[in-house]
Amino acid sequence: MSKITMREAIRQAIDEEMALDENVILMGEEVALYQGAYKVSKGLYEKYGGKRVIDTPITEEGFAGIGIGAAIAGLRPIVEFMTFNFSIQALDQIINNAAKMLHMSGGQINVPIVFRGPNGPAEYLSSQHSQALQTLFAHIPGLKVVCPATPYDAKGLLKSSIRDNNPVIFLEGELMYGWEGEVPGNEYLIEIGKADIKKEGKDVTVITYGRPLKLVNQANEILTREGIDVEIIDVRTIRPLDEKTIYRSIIKTNRCVIVDDSWPFCSVASYIGYLVSRNSFDYLDSPVEIVTSEDVPTPYSHRLELAVQPSTDKIINAVKKVLNKL
Amino acid sequence: MEKSIKKYDIKKFDRIFLTGLIEKMCLIRRFEETSAKMYGLKKIGGFLHLYIGQEAVAVGAVSALDLKKDAVFTAYRDHGYAIACGSNIDALMAELFGKSSGISKGKGGSMHFFDVKNHMFGGNGIVGAHIPLAAGYALKISYKNEDGVVLCVFGDGAIHQGTFHETLNIARLWNLPVVFICENNQYGMGTFYKRVSSLEDFTVMAKSYNMTGLSIDGMNVLTVYSELNEIVQNMRKEKNPFFLEIKTYRYKGHSISDPGQYRTKAELEAYKELDPILILKNELLENNIIDQAGYEVIDKKCRDRIDESVRFAENADEPDPAAIYKDVFA
Repeated sequence: MSKITMREAIRQAIDEEMALDENVILMGEEVALYQGAYKVSKGLYEKYGGKRVIDTPITEEGFAGIGIGAAIAGLRPIVEFMTFNFSIQALDQIINNAAKMLHMSGGQINVPIVFRGPNGPAEYLSSQHSQALQTLFAHIPGLKVVCPATPYDAKGLLKSSIRDNNPVIFLEGELMYGWEGEVPGNEYLIEIGKADIKKEGKDVTVITYGRPLKLVNQANEILTREGIDVEIIDVRTIRPLDEKTIYRSIIKTNRCVIVDDSWPFCSVASYIGYLVSRNSFDYLDSPVEIVTSEDVPTPYSHRLELAVQPSTDKIINAVKKVLNKL
Repeated sequence: MEKSIKKYDIKKFDRIFLTGLIEKMCLIRRFEETSAKMYGLKKIGGFLHLYIGQEAVAVGAVSALDLKKDAVFTAYRDHGYAIACGSNIDALMAELFGKSSGISKGKGGSMHFFDVKNHMFGGNGIVGAHIPLAAGYALKISYKNEDGVVLCVFGDGAIHQGTFHETLNIARLWNLPVVFICENNQYGMGTFYKRVSSLEDFTVMAKSYNMTGLSIDGMNVLTVYSELNEIVQNMRKEKNPFFLEIKTYRYKGHSISDPGQYRTKAELEAYKELDPILILKNELLENNIIDQAGYEVIDKKCRDRIDESVRFAENADEPDPAAIYKDVFA
């Protein structure tokens, strides 16, 4: 085990998969000579050359589509969006081509591609550059959506995503690249679609994924001091969703809070909330609570942007609410 | 309409090749006529974009390919391309009927014929959305140092989409072996192309991406074939993309629901004189390659084949509802 950053864990995953399979290529804006806007691809151009690490013009719809075409032809492209904010330019390609090709062609054409890059709130960037878009992708049948919260999970899940025969949306928290965590030296994979119980507990289940896990951990420290025993489930992949792990936990705790940094309306959180309410109804002792981004665009002012996002206070309040302790 | 400039000598083609061309065009024509009829009988639903009048483009262009290594990407007016690529006619008709033995298992319909075995990659319903896909396929060819080429076909309506411009720039920058074919049937749905284009000459768009562009007549299948053959052979060696505007005309509306009232009767009649099947047929008759009776045998064979496909489609099984959950993920 060694302690590495999220950035390094993602870089290692790409590096290892490129070394293993010559069909894996990396393309996107600034990924080669500049070594990535967030330096995720550092050293890869030097190692694999311009044929496999490819700088594109700033044309998201165009290069996303070219990646999909290359995947149709048998390559395994990793397409980096400098941030997922710009992926909106490429939504037609992702939704209408990548996600639907297999079904629409009667099973003839699969699209083994990974779209990855930073997602979620940033700092001081206002509305267009600071938003959590996972719900948009999770809505679409045919896409897998992966959203790791630790370097260990990021590395193992990205390697599985690159080997997956479907389009995978791999979301990296924009503020998480410098976060550190233990990652083993030997090779490992993490199966897509398996949640991880980050902490066992008996009083309340808190379901989350991605960047808010850190907030949940902080809330947990405070709640623990108050004698509340929280079970923390990190779903890690939004689609496919590991429902069984969730229900098993609810049977034990009878209370549920979902923490998700996307907007609340028709969101990942609200859908999980629906699933829990429907499938664990008899086990619930109180209504499910969700903690999400406020239902507004992200503003520039730091004070305001923090007010928009989930926080430890909001999580603590929600936990106390489902425990009838407010 | 430009008159065809003959770049070919018909005597240099062999008879089987020439009769093969007319047979493919007839097969497309009869398939489309029958599709329209079946639509009227409510055997087919949804959109139906007919290829009648444009047959020389698909048949001429695809005949210049080697479908073991080359690939075709097209838009929703795709019946002609699937037939030109050699797709099974029964499976195509069954697809229109929404049957499980359809080429896309009844999940694609008219706009989404896919036939990977014959390197026909759709069948895309969003205007211009397949243009980058074609370049992506060519990226794989280039990456693997293969000598295949990709045919990317779209209409005059698609040429103003961002995907066209984004893809042309990258294709030239990365030297991807794609023949971009703007099949200019002159109407983007109901709108005459000059009403929505700042340019009349589309080849200027290719030149602005430092790409060679050429405009040719699409009513003569041998012109289309000869041009494509030259372009494709060069591309196998040179790898540079090429832009080709092929001027053609569709006799029917944009889709089955469009009566085409934005065109005059005189215009339509004038183009019927330039019918691609008629042009080749007359040339074959003049050069004693076939006689009228020979042509009729070919046409009869096509009609019979299409009738047979209708019988197949009618009798084919409806898909099992459980199929909706199949092929969502690989």
